[in-house]
Amino acid sequence: MYPIPIIAEALINGLMLGAVYALVAVGLTLIYGVLHIVNFAHGAFLTLSMFGIWLLWEHAGLDPYLSILMLTPIMFGLGYGVQRFIIGPAGHGRDNSILLVTLGISIVIENGLLVVFKSDTRTIATDYGFRVIEIGPLLLSWPRAVGFVATMATAVIVWLILNRTDVGKAIRAVAKEKLGARLVGIDVNHIYAMTFALGSACLAVAAGLLMPVFYVNPQTGGAFVLVAFTIVVLGGMGSVTGALLGGLLIGVVEAASSLFLGDSLGQLGIFVLFILVLLFKPTGLFGARI
Amino acid sequence: MLEVRNVRTGYGETEILRGVNLTVAEGEIVAVLGSNGVGKSTLNMALSGILPLWSGEIEFTGHRIDQRSPAEIVEAGLVQVPEGRKIFPNLTVEENLELGNYRGDRSRRKAMVADVYATFGRLKERRRQYAGTLSGGEQQMLAIGRGMMSAPRLLILDEPSLGLSPLLVEEMFTLIGRLAGEGLTILLVEQNVMQSLEIASRAYILENGEVVVEGAARDLREDARLRQAYLGL
Repeated sequence: MYPIPIIAEALINGLMLGAVYALVAVGLTLIYGVLHIVNFAHGAFLTLSMFGIWLLWEHAGLDPYLSILMLTPIMFGLGYGVQRFIIGPAGHGRDNSILLVTLGISIVIENGLLVVFKSDTRTIATDYGFRVIEIGPLLLSWPRAVGFVATMATAVIVWLILNRTDVGKAIRAVAKEKLGARLVGIDVNHIYAMTFALGSACLAVAAGLLMPVFYVNPQTGGAFVLVAFTIVVLGGMGSVTGALLGGLLIGVVEAASSLFLGDSLGQLGIFVLFILVLLFKPTGLFGARI
Repeated sequence: MLEVRNVRTGYGETEILRGVNLTVAEGEIVAVLGSNGVGKSTLNMALSGILPLWSGEIEFTGHRIDQRSPAEIVEAGLVQVPEGRKIFPNLTVEENLELGNYRGDRSRRKAMVADVYATFGRLKERRRQYAGTLSGGEQQMLAIGRGMMSAPRLLILDEPSLGLSPLLVEEMFTLIGRLAGEGLTILLVEQNVMQSLEIASRAYILENGEVVVEGAARDLREDARLRQAYLGL
């Protein structure tokens, strides 16, 4: 048995990593909740964002956290355009076509990145990458703490958009009642694209928070999205709050199983939890409400 | 105000409306009657721009609207309260009303919400409640209130009495009469024949996607032969 401070430290660091998972999952669940499709391009968009952060660091010397401010509007625009002008028209409104289009986009992006950046792994060496915060006996990772705070701030912003703006209310309306939305004059295609834009913008934030502590190569996003899918199901498909809480939970579970089972088995805990939830509460831990 | 000329449309290969003609003048209540499956809701979907026409024309306040998007049609003032209400169950009552004004003038929104609450006191009591938790009658009120928020010049009401208790049906027809009294033009699509004919000035009877009878509501009410042939009364 480990001493209590070590356990606490691991769990808190896990919680903070979970926050970034949550951010990836929030985008995914938002798109699922409104468009009712699983966006297979989500991972590739995350990879793209991480390369964006890396490029801004490598060639412009821009700090990853500052780059978020630049990359977020870019990813927002890209998400909007890809849904409005590629996925929408090419999907013809059929779920399985849309699914395949998103899969196709992810293949194009991943291979495009492979051509440009090769399969090399890139990192960013900031002077705060390994900085720690001492709280009593606990040593907490500084960049993860930043990630946690920034994720919570982003979640609040997403919540405000969904609940306090007309576009946000329209997004929630379209999620549950498309015909009713069209009859009050909501342009459903625009709302779909706005949802995609919002989900993609979350990825830009996640990428900036990840790069100081993680690496990127053309496949990196996929690993995160696999965990994010798990979180989306765990939290209740389409539930933003569920994704947020689910992400935090997954972070803690992963940290706990790494600690007790060893690093290489860290993700085992996630999938055991996942199977248990599917068996006993298949609608997700927190139900679905967008 | 509204002119529908030779409208043909349907779903996939199936023709539902086979050349429908219909007019509504300003200030009228016009009823469209007929049993289930004769194309009443299809007509409404065509009017609101949800279902494209195969041929024919729709003119509203002097302008062609049959090539317009649903949003543009709402903006022009042709607003529909659909069958089955189609309210947003996961939004609060007040948010539903706000979205009714999505295409409208935001500065007037507060005043318009207050107007709806003045008409429907129950909605004000439940303003913070999710719309999905309302009773059927309250949901119908909300659907009409949401329609009013779009500042309609012509309001299409599709089966507003469907699924309501007899007492509420009575209330609903009183309300429709009151809205018309305030100057709103109404196209009332109903299966509830007798009550519709009582408040409407004119009526159309639809059968198999065609208008088979049209005339003053009073005449239709008193024509026993018609009632028997087309309305099953």
